[in-house]
Amino acid sequence: MTDTTLSTARVALVGNPNSGKTALFNALTGSRQKVANYAGVTVERKEGQVATAGGRTLSILDLPGTYSLRARSPDEAVTRDAVLGKLAGEVPPDVVVAVADATNLRLVLRLILELKAVGRPMVLALNMYDIAQRQGLRIDLEGLARELGCPIVTTVATRKRGIEELVAKVDALVGEGALGTANSWREPSAGEIRDAHREAQRILKAHVRPPERPDTFTGKVDGVLLHPVAGLVILLALLFVMFQAVFTWATPVMDLIKDSFGWLAGFIAAHLPPGIVTSFISDGLISGVGSVLVFLPQILILFFFIILLEDFGYMARAAFLMDKIMGGAGLHGRAFIPLLSSFACAIPGIMATRVIDQKRDRITTILVAPLMTCSARIPVYTLIISAFIPNRQVWGFLNLPGLVMFALYAAGIVSALGVSFVIRRLFWRGTAEPFLMELPTYKLPDPANVARNVMLRGQIFLTRAGTIILPLMVVVWALSSFPGAPPGATDPAINYSIAGMLGHLLQPIFQPIGFNWQMTVALIPGFAAREVAVAALGTVYAIGGADPAGGALGSTLAHHWSIATGLSFLAWYVFAPQCASTLGVVKRETNSWLWPAVMLVYMTALAYIAALITFQVASAAGLG
Amino acid sequence: MHDMLAQPVATAPAPVAAEGRVVRLGAAQPGDRGVIVDVRAGAPGTEHGVAADELHRRLLEFGFVEGARVEVLHQGAIGRDPIAVRLDDMRIGLRRRDAEGVWVLLDAK
Repeated sequence: MTDTTLSTARVALVGNPNSGKTALFNALTGSRQKVANYAGVTVERKEGQVATAGGRTLSILDLPGTYSLRARSPDEAVTRDAVLGKLAGEVPPDVVVAVADATNLRLVLRLILELKAVGRPMVLALNMYDIAQRQGLRIDLEGLARELGCPIVTTVATRKRGIEELVAKVDALVGEGALGTANSWREPSAGEIRDAHREAQRILKAHVRPPERPDTFTGKVDGVLLHPVAGLVILLALLFVMFQAVFTWATPVMDLIKDSFGWLAGFIAAHLPPGIVTSFISDGLISGVGSVLVFLPQILILFFFIILLEDFGYMARAAFLMDKIMGGAGLHGRAFIPLLSSFACAIPGIMATRVIDQKRDRITTILVAPLMTCSARIPVYTLIISAFIPNRQVWGFLNLPGLVMFALYAAGIVSALGVSFVIRRLFWRGTAEPFLMELPTYKLPDPANVARNVMLRGQIFLTRAGTIILPLMVVVWALSSFPGAPPGATDPAINYSIAGMLGHLLQPIFQPIGFNWQMTVALIPGFAAREVAVAALGTVYAIGGADPAGGALGSTLAHHWSIATGLSFLAWYVFAPQCASTLGVVKRETNSWLWPAVMLVYMTALAYIAALITFQVASAAGLG
Repeated sequence: MHDMLAQPVATAPAPVAAEGRVVRLGAAQPGDRGVIVDVRAGAPGTEHGVAADELHRRLLEFGFVEGARVEVLHQGAIGRDPIAVRLDDMRIGLRRRDAEGVWVLLDAK
């Protein structure tokens, strides 16, 4: 027998959310996985390989978790279409592996009955079998296998138990040339769902004896974590710790990345002949790559917490606790996680909106996500605050710069809630998606699984965001560099570039909000990413290489700008869509230019109005 | 089962549940437990953003079916909403208005 005669078999993993399906996928495929997108939709496609003892390669597809083949979200539609073999660009699976949480069989049995109707050869993996045994849950495996007409394997994915047997069972089905039966699945009616439940209930009664020592831990923990008062206090405390970690742990690494890329750019500039190629490499490419990488530490730390809490089972509780507050603004409880991520960077936040079933809820969340104060705004805020806000105490104990920073964060949150409220009221009246969510039993997160998923998020951020941010940085570099300064020019080169011309051209529009032409010019390269505005202001005011976080640039700005202008600039940055990458990601996630256009228009309008009011009020108050 | 619903049923939460009372799950209190006797397509006067039939099927898919045991465990701080229920051996969080169509025959206390 030679290996080459055995063709690759396709295996699809299907199961309820929280069944440990992804852990099983990781246990099966190890590091041999590949993440991409399904053709035409923005659902993640996770595929991995495993070799069987007989030398066959199994190509394993991890399908999004679902309770039913009746799809409600884009993710679930992928699962349905993949199982039915209707997904564009995908071959139907040779074998379906139904993954079940052995301690929670009721709903998955109904899903398995649906899968049976599809008629593909199937293996049932009873995962988390160790927990079932600990609880004294008795499952008559032979009887259940006979009843369902498919082989059953018990697994403990986190301990890699039962994996070889699962592979062997799948291999055997493929080897037998099992073809399955004709597809008789169609969308079930309410009556058919009831019948299927009755059937599942009968099977459960016949073959599963209820646990002798049922889980009481989850109930006890929920007594505290879902307590109306204590629950919210704990949630807020958790968020506080998370943000502390995101900002303090990440800072040294971010500084290191920033410094290394700065050094590299400087090294290139010093050792290559000056000219357009050198400028492209050091100012375009290297700072472009640096501006992507610099956010990686924060994103990894943020996702570490999110995945840890998700695996523990807490995230569904957080959505539960926040649902009323979010719902008041017309958002879904599940929008909580994406908006939380947006405090680090709107890009992972927007990518995380995929957990929201309903399209309208998802679009609303995407549209308001960039209003959350992302970390790229911090350098801008810090610069302006240090230049214009006197460092003194107010009311005896509060520090004024800190208070302004807090107000800027609050303005972001309040405006995000306000905008979603308006979207709901004006455009999508009275269409609140049902909030129906399983609160899974608490489980100790598996460190290897958490680590793998955090790495995966980082990888996705780098490929998705990197492929958008880098080209945009190059475009912005080109706008700021061409045409070059004429010989004998005294002003900074950027003044003669396209960005400079645009800045001068747009200046009259920005006059009423107190922006001078230097600021207007700096806004154009600042479109690449918010923090670039700091460097751009340095360039325009010809303070190259100055420490941007204060010092020279801060005092120059304090000298050239009125306080009203400084405040107006802050107000502008709360709202302005000064981040082309976010718009690019919105285009990618919504598959339409409509939503990035809507975002650009509404955020610019808000920014202009906010800056106008700030400038006019501050000028009237004598700060002009 | 439907004859029970022909009797007048309280939609407002009652402080103490009496035996044999049928209430909407959407109006139940923490501690209320019983058996689901009816799951209906949508409740009048509420807007769900999905068709009544769709909500109906989603409830059924999550296991809100006649005969299932249900107990209200927790409720949110604001407006006592949403609620967390134990449904047979699972826990589910849902908004009160989405639970309007689920009728529960309360146990004796």
